[in-house]
Amino acid sequence: MAEISIPKLAPQERAAAPGAAGAPLIRIEDVSLYYGANRALKNISLNLGERVVTAFIGPSGCGKSTLLRCLNRMNDLIDNVRIEGAIKIGGHEINAPDVDAIELRKRVGMVFQKSNPFPKSIYENVAYGLRLHGVKDRSELEVRIEESLRGAALWDEVKDRLHSSALGLSGGQQQRLCIARAIAIRPEIILMDEPASALDPLATARIEELILELKKDFTIVIVTHNMQQAARISDYTAFFYIGELVEYDTTAKIFTNPSKRQTEDYVTGRFG
Amino acid sequence: MNTVTPPEYLPDRTHDTTRFTRHFRAEKFDFWSFFFSGLTGLATLFILAILATILLNIIVNGWSAISWHFVSTIPKKDFFDANTTGVLPMIVGTAFRVIVMTIFVIPVGVITAIYLTEYAASTSMITRIIRAAVNNLAGVPSIVFGLFGLGFFINFIGKNMDRLLHHADAVWGQPALIWASLTLAVMTLPVVIVATEESLKAIPPGLREASLALGATKLETILKIILPQALPGIMTGGILAVSRAAGEVAPILFTGVAYYMASLPGHLSDQFMDLGYHVFVLSTQSPNIEQTRPILYATVLTLLLLTFALNIVAILIRARVRKQLRALG
Repeated sequence: MAEISIPKLAPQERAAAPGAAGAPLIRIEDVSLYYGANRALKNISLNLGERVVTAFIGPSGCGKSTLLRCLNRMNDLIDNVRIEGAIKIGGHEINAPDVDAIELRKRVGMVFQKSNPFPKSIYENVAYGLRLHGVKDRSELEVRIEESLRGAALWDEVKDRLHSSALGLSGGQQQRLCIARAIAIRPEIILMDEPASALDPLATARIEELILELKKDFTIVIVTHNMQQAARISDYTAFFYIGELVEYDTTAKIFTNPSKRQTEDYVTGRFG
Repeated sequence: MNTVTPPEYLPDRTHDTTRFTRHFRAEKFDFWSFFFSGLTGLATLFILAILATILLNIIVNGWSAISWHFVSTIPKKDFFDANTTGVLPMIVGTAFRVIVMTIFVIPVGVITAIYLTEYAASTSMITRIIRAAVNNLAGVPSIVFGLFGLGFFINFIGKNMDRLLHHADAVWGQPALIWASLTLAVMTLPVVIVATEESLKAIPPGLREASLALGATKLETILKIILPQALPGIMTGGILAVSRAAGEVAPILFTGVAYYMASLPGHLSDQFMDLGYHVFVLSTQSPNIEQTRPILYATVLTLLLLTFALNIVAILIRARVRKQLRALG
């Protein structure tokens, strides 16, 4: 598949999406992934810009979550996975033998589909990542925790019960806590694997609002089943189908005037 | 009463009295369902009845001979005189060996379980060999453990320790508390491993992923997230191991128990007396069984009470850990 780079933005769009016109932050070059003998990703090439929201869409089983998990090497945890091709973040190949996956994950955070707060207090949940990366001082911890909870639009709701169990929060609040936990360590990139799929519409709307806020400071890649969500919040959209990248372009173009027939069929709901 | 008239295109069922005015009671009595639920209830009662019979028999017969004097006296060599006999050294010996066993079996069992669950690839040859070994260990007869303890711990490790430490007389190369405890630890290892593995597997994988995605190493994830969650399950394994080991006699026969010790065990190299073994001694060595019977029952009752006490302490600690985990952790 020929390499698709970020298309040139019209001047008014460029102003609205800072950093997108510069060198791409994430380069995925001819990547194939095998689960044993089964080829899950076929020669994927695309470049993702800095501080924009990129959505991966496609029907179930098309490989979008698999590709997302490659970006922070979470696929290392699965036996029998083989990756071919290059994935470069900030110019550095992340699958190189001298790259420490721990360091990578400090800078590429992840939020999962089913919220997974630790069975600890809200404070301890956010503090966990901070302590892992050397923040020990009590007052600094408190400042960073408040900063992250504010950044995840959760501070006002939990500021009086920071030391109560995180499991007592509602589903939407737990997911925002997971986002707070991820942004606390100040990653450059946040990967979100269907973050709102288990939430009710009100909670989903809050998460989407949050993503639009977060994109000012972080690069976000979001996998979503919900096409309308992709249309609402993302700047660029990549459409995948059975392990292949079918089309990658600005969201506006994908949803109003896609180049490929298959893309048009998917976004208009003829299959999926 | 409001009646609803169905629209004209549906068939008129309003006069169909037979179908919807019938009661919802069963037509005939479902015998087999009743029989099976009754059978399971009876089976439970049966087990409880057996347990109650054994306990009542022991309590009724032993209660008269048990007293504060009984449990706090070091007896003379003649165990069979009801006035001067006591079981204090046996209580201390049993308690000590169980506690020392726990100190060895919990760390080794937990680390093995962590390896099998978190580190080993589930299909590799090494993993399969270890699992087979653990399962087979659980099936070995207790007396074989006793012989193993004698041959390996006492004759090999103990004798070599004496040689290396230049002891003129045998200090470690003979039956001792430490060797009996280690033998029991080897025997109860499968119980702890299985209980720990079950509690590790019960932890949802999402927690591990969340921790790793934040940049924690596997070790940090295990120490900070997984083990605290698994603690109640590990303690269950410990409780099961303690219950099993407190009553075992065969593994300690060659490895440390003594017929008579004049004083309480003080060092790990001392021999010790034991409640279970004392029951055996009283049953087989007694000159006058009628006179000895109450002492025998009292000893058995003491063993049960000791096991019960050890279990209660462990269960209380576990309940506190669980409560803390649920509150915030």
